[in-house]
Amino acid sequence: MLIRVRRRSDIPRSEVTPEAVYRRRREFMKGGLALGAGFGLGALGLAGPAAADLRDELEPLEAEPGEFSTDETLTPFEDATTYNNFYELGTGKEDPHRLADRLQTDPWSIRVEGLCDNPGEYALEDFIDPWSLEERIYRLRCVEGWSMVIPWIGFELNRIIDRAEPTGSARYVAFESIHDPDNLPGQRRSVLEWPYVEGLRMDEARHPLTIVSVGMYDHVLPNQNGAPIRLVVPWKYGFKSIKSIVRIRFVEDEPPTSWNRMQPNEYGFYSNVNPDVDHPRWSQATERRIGEFRRRRTEMFNGYGEEVASMYEGMDLTEKY
Amino acid sequence: MAGRRRASARPPRGVWTLVLAASLAPGVWIALRAAGWFGGLGVNPIERLLEDTGTHAMIALLVALAVTPLRQWTGLAWISALRRMLGLVAFAWVSAHLLVWVGLDLFFDWVLILDDIRHRPYVTVGFAAWLILLALALTSTRGAQRRLRHWWPRLHRLAYAAGVLAILHVLWLTRGADYIEVGIYAGVLAVLLGWRLWRALQPVRRPRAG
Repeated sequence: MLIRVRRRSDIPRSEVTPEAVYRRRREFMKGGLALGAGFGLGALGLAGPAAADLRDELEPLEAEPGEFSTDETLTPFEDATTYNNFYELGTGKEDPHRLADRLQTDPWSIRVEGLCDNPGEYALEDFIDPWSLEERIYRLRCVEGWSMVIPWIGFELNRIIDRAEPTGSARYVAFESIHDPDNLPGQRRSVLEWPYVEGLRMDEARHPLTIVSVGMYDHVLPNQNGAPIRLVVPWKYGFKSIKSIVRIRFVEDEPPTSWNRMQPNEYGFYSNVNPDVDHPRWSQATERRIGEFRRRRTEMFNGYGEEVASMYEGMDLTEKY
Repeated sequence: MAGRRRASARPPRGVWTLVLAASLAPGVWIALRAAGWFGGLGVNPIERLLEDTGTHAMIALLVALAVTPLRQWTGLAWISALRRMLGLVAFAWVSAHLLVWVGLDLFFDWVLILDDIRHRPYVTVGFAAWLILLALALTSTRGAQRRLRHWWPRLHRLAYAAGVLAILHVLWLTRGADYIEVGIYAGVLAVLLGWRLWRALQPVRRPRAG
């Protein structure tokens, strides 16, 4: 699989603003123009509900191209923001886009705690060092059998772990999403146990491919994609990449994870992309890349085997799915 | 009383055509969106086609199964005149669903298709439901009805088995605890099937056959 650093020179460096990640929304674009343009396209049957305009509402966020980026064709921004699994906003693929405004991201704080010498609660703007941001273009493989290519903006989770100084007994990192049933319609139904929780083994969490993302497509994260801060673990099925994180905890034992808790025989703790281990109900051998007609073969570790396979040496991946 | 009902066994003018048109209209809507109108079929069009044809197949099947109970509840004998047409409509929707899966989703990859039918229970039961409906569609003519004599109603009671299989198909596709949709289908089928079982178990002989 091709992994190459992508060169980018089309964005003026002057656009960088540390405030972007927490201001999030541009103030001048509120109505008229965006609505008009969207309506025009919609009437021609060319576009869905004015998704193209969302980018004009979000703060631009620039980042240097980072390592590990693929040069595969990007999934269109419109597709990546109107077809999402984010059950907090509803189980339908278009629910997160439609109900995106229900997610309240301001103010946002993140608690780092557990087995570490430097725990703390941070406001989002203090948590992110804007100069550490880089762009990572990763493949995203959903456990349902579809995939995308997304230009994330973020930084390695490593940085957070280093700052927290976990103790020797911290063997896993547990993550927790926002819990706000008053505003999030999906959390008023027990489709999953809320809040959503995920976890990684320490070596997985420290792997340079593992990033914390605050943006995509040169803008801050749209709400439906897990704003304001989310995990991206590209060699695992998408549900491991927990959205809208409020808590990071260092623990000794394997932490519970939402889908595993829901259906333990179907979703394991590791959930590495693996074409040879089928979901009990459907095959994982192939996937449909969004925008393509024919299915394509799914790659072991989503094509990141060279980087990550060594972490699982000696492990039976059929057993530890 | 019975005689009067039989005399009005034909539906009111236009009803048959209207019901047929209504049950096929979603197909026109899907086709228009597939052609790019009204916002198209979204980001994952094949998945959307699978879901939409599946939803309409399930609804059409339940509607067809509702014909006899509805006639019994309302006493309107002409409802039965819609039964064959609604059964064939359900078969058409299930066939469309199957064709989207075979032709678009798996692109005639027969190895994958047969593997799924054999090893994926939700596919197995869905395919079995289609086979049942195929058999019922093939024997839906008056000629077949005559030739099969008392076997015909027995055979066609399998439509309920198809309904149960279809619900298992949807249930086994459900992720998380998102049971609202499948719960509605199962509830409707339970009422229809429950009613027919209850009627069949009544000791008193009814004046007219059910």
